[in-house]
Amino acid sequence: MAQEAQIVTDSGPRPIVPYLKLEPKPHLIGSKCACGAVYLDPKRVACSKCGASGPFPTVDLSERGKVYVFSVIHQSFPGIKTPYVTAIVDLPEGVSVRTNLLDVDPEQAQKEPHKIFGMPVEMVTQVASKDREGHDVIAFSFRPTRN
Amino acid sequence: MRNVYVLGTGMIKFGRYPDRTVPQLGAEAAIIALKDAGLSIKDIEFFVSGNLLQASAMVGQRILQQIGQTGIPVVNVTNACATGSTAVREAYMAIGSGMYDIALAVGCEQMGKAGLLGANRDGVTDPAYNTEGKLGSGLMPAVFGQAGIEHMRKYGTTLEHMAKISVKSHQHATKNPFSQYRNEVTLGDVMQSRMIAYPNTLYMCCPTGDGAAAAVLVSEDKLRQLAAGRKRPKIAASVLTSDPWTERDLTWPDVSTLTRSAAKQAYETAGIGPKDVSLTELHDCFATAELVHYENLQLCGDGEAAKFIEEGGGKHPDLGGHAPVNVSGGLLSKGHPLGATGVANICEVTWHLTRDDRAKERQVPDAKVGMAHVIGLGSACTIHILTM
Repeated sequence: MAQEAQIVTDSGPRPIVPYLKLEPKPHLIGSKCACGAVYLDPKRVACSKCGASGPFPTVDLSERGKVYVFSVIHQSFPGIKTPYVTAIVDLPEGVSVRTNLLDVDPEQAQKEPHKIFGMPVEMVTQVASKDREGHDVIAFSFRPTRN
Repeated sequence: MRNVYVLGTGMIKFGRYPDRTVPQLGAEAAIIALKDAGLSIKDIEFFVSGNLLQASAMVGQRILQQIGQTGIPVVNVTNACATGSTAVREAYMAIGSGMYDIALAVGCEQMGKAGLLGANRDGVTDPAYNTEGKLGSGLMPAVFGQAGIEHMRKYGTTLEHMAKISVKSHQHATKNPFSQYRNEVTLGDVMQSRMIAYPNTLYMCCPTGDGAAAAVLVSEDKLRQLAAGRKRPKIAASVLTSDPWTERDLTWPDVSTLTRSAAKQAYETAGIGPKDVSLTELHDCFATAELVHYENLQLCGDGEAAKFIEEGGGKHPDLGGHAPVNVSGGLLSKGHPLGATGVANICEVTWHLTRDDRAKERQVPDAKVGMAHVIGLGSACTIHILTM
């Protein structure tokens, strides 16, 4: 009963994907196999690199990484604002994430793509939407690292 | 495995058929292929149907309900964009294994004016948790756009190189009456057309559409009985791979590694090398895909795709090129009705190898060996090598 009551009254924000943790501060998590492979899936059943069975220990992932590749999306589904920059960011733990790239001018990125390759970036979070139950849904993005 | 041959082929012009049903499209292609083989549906022992968007709707049986309910075993297959080629491979295996002597493979699809494909919803029931546009893009133009970007990063390839692929494809398509689009475009047209997902502009993305294609496969014994002296292509290799574990595959589908592995297996099985291939139909869902597959299929060395393009690689010999790729117009111009694509490129290759009138205007001279490559995201890759 206590648990049910807690679910009903919990109106806090929710992460958009299970591999984003909001507490104590927003960060990404992965499941790490002994072979070194890291998965963006806290409930990973087994390792598709070496075949080992889970469960695997959860590791906190770095909030900084480097852009591997990107694209500028000009056409998307209704309701998604374009243009925006999508990117694949390599994290030092050996896993990559798909993300929006903020604070990078789409037009400039197309003109000088080589300036984006390897760019150091850091994770930020923002409210992306509100779910049916009224919770804020939190998404993450990356932006050029600020010092 | 026993030898397997392509006895008959059929396809309808790719385009839009809003007044037809999916089984009707498949039935039309099947009837053409049966006629081409000199057979009737009563001769078919085993039938494989490939369709993606109605995968749960027994399309194969519904095709037989149009053309002949003979009670034969029917298998409906789905394998993303490799659906049609997987149907061909299932029919190939059924004959190769010795279980059947005559099999029919049909691929058909009706996409209408479906828009962008490929955003992963991962079982999300509340749209607030859809990640598309919030955690980057999983849409096909983005996935394949980034394959081109990776090539740019590694080798300094430019958008202009990639745009030239689309110019070539459209030029080829003008000679193909089965092609959805048959208009020529200039390099300027391609580069200045609307950007969809950098670096792929509108003309560098394949269209959606409807279509169907069919192939009748037979064993060597049956070929002797039925071909009446006509020489028919042998399926010298039929390879299927899935995506092996690679560094970023689960975040951003790796379209290259499984193609490379399939190509290696196909060349080994067929006992030939890339230089022996007279023509290739490869999976150019986007211009950037064709770019990376030149290297993945060993049509040129790693990092040499741009040079290959500059030197006329991939162009029809009639246009002064060599190692012709997608003389049908490819997915970019001929169209890409998902389930039909992998059977249609078997038709195209067969037509060149057999000097079929249906490839008359674009016949590749002295064609002896043809390769058909398909990749379905998720991922599945097929390669068929046909030889005379």
